[in-house]
Amino acid sequence: MHSFGYRANALLAFSVTALAFICAIASLSDNFSNQNPSAEIQILNINRFKKQSYENDEVSLTLDITADLESLFTWNTKQVFAFVAAEYETPKNSLNQVSLWDAIIPDKEHAKFRIQTSNKYRFIDQGHNLRGKEFNLTLHWHVMPKTGKMFADKIVMPGYSLPDAYK
Amino acid sequence: MGLVGETVDSIKSIQIRQLLTQAIRLGMIVTSALIIWKALICVTGSDSLVVVVLSESMEPGFQRGDILFLHMSKDPIRAGEIVVFNIDGRDIPIVHRVIMVHERENTGEVDVLTKGDNNPEDDRLLYAKGQLWLNRHHIMGRAVGFLPYVGWVTIIMTEKPIIKYILIGTLGLLVISSKD
Repeated sequence: MHSFGYRANALLAFSVTALAFICAIASLSDNFSNQNPSAEIQILNINRFKKQSYENDEVSLTLDITADLESLFTWNTKQVFAFVAAEYETPKNSLNQVSLWDAIIPDKEHAKFRIQTSNKYRFIDQGHNLRGKEFNLTLHWHVMPKTGKMFADKIVMPGYSLPDAYK
Repeated sequence: MGLVGETVDSIKSIQIRQLLTQAIRLGMIVTSALIIWKALICVTGSDSLVVVVLSESMEPGFQRGDILFLHMSKDPIRAGEIVVFNIDGRDIPIVHRVIMVHERENTGEVDVLTKGDNNPEDDRLLYAKGQLWLNRHHIMGRAVGFLPYVGWVTIIMTEKPIIKYILIGTLGLLVISSKD
């Protein structure tokens, strides 16, 4: 009952249980943090709007993104993954989401930013439905914790639209 | 001779009983673990419940050796979700983020494109030949939770199987030799 084996076993079992408990509590504490991130996106320019050789529309644009995601960071946050996606509807597809730009925000100091960038990923439609298309730009964020539950949310900014003709 | 025979018999019978008890105890432990495992699979709707991160394609968020808890609900797949999927013909699941979604109007079927956070390009290179999109049936689950470092045990056991045999052998010996 007091052999080394028993003591080692009891110690191991206790420490694993305690660790699991601490991880769970750390994750739960994220639920109590108050979060109010904000963002604003402007389209500075539509650079290119054309039909690709195999019939899909492609747009290239320059965006001006301002965001303040500082309130998302808690002591249990490892990083925040933020991305901007264009969302729109077409006759064939009830929902299209195309990610245009993303960034990994490693800490609170980098969480308030303003950048101007052309889209990192190609904005290609399934088809040629984009002329004159109205779309929403959404800023999504995905909080990755040091341990525990990940959670994500977004801000939807409606009211953007593409020109009626290719250029 | 009769006395020796009797003693031998009694020793044998004690040992058989103890052996059987030990075997049943071991069986109970294994089957209750299996029950818990299967029940969790049922609850989360995902075939594998937990995945170990094997590559660096999602760094710095997920490092090699972290484990991810999966959940598969009927909710539609949306951009930004971290999904685990299998490519036809390969058996290692891949954990990447969805960057493009095209959902059909009538059927609700969905075309999905994924990319690892740390990869420069999207995953079209990884998909099967000629495959441009993932569909719902490729996706095994969404990552909803995360624990760091715990998966190293699995990685070590896969890459150096000797350790796996040593571990199972030791555990087996411990169970059999504990006589309470």
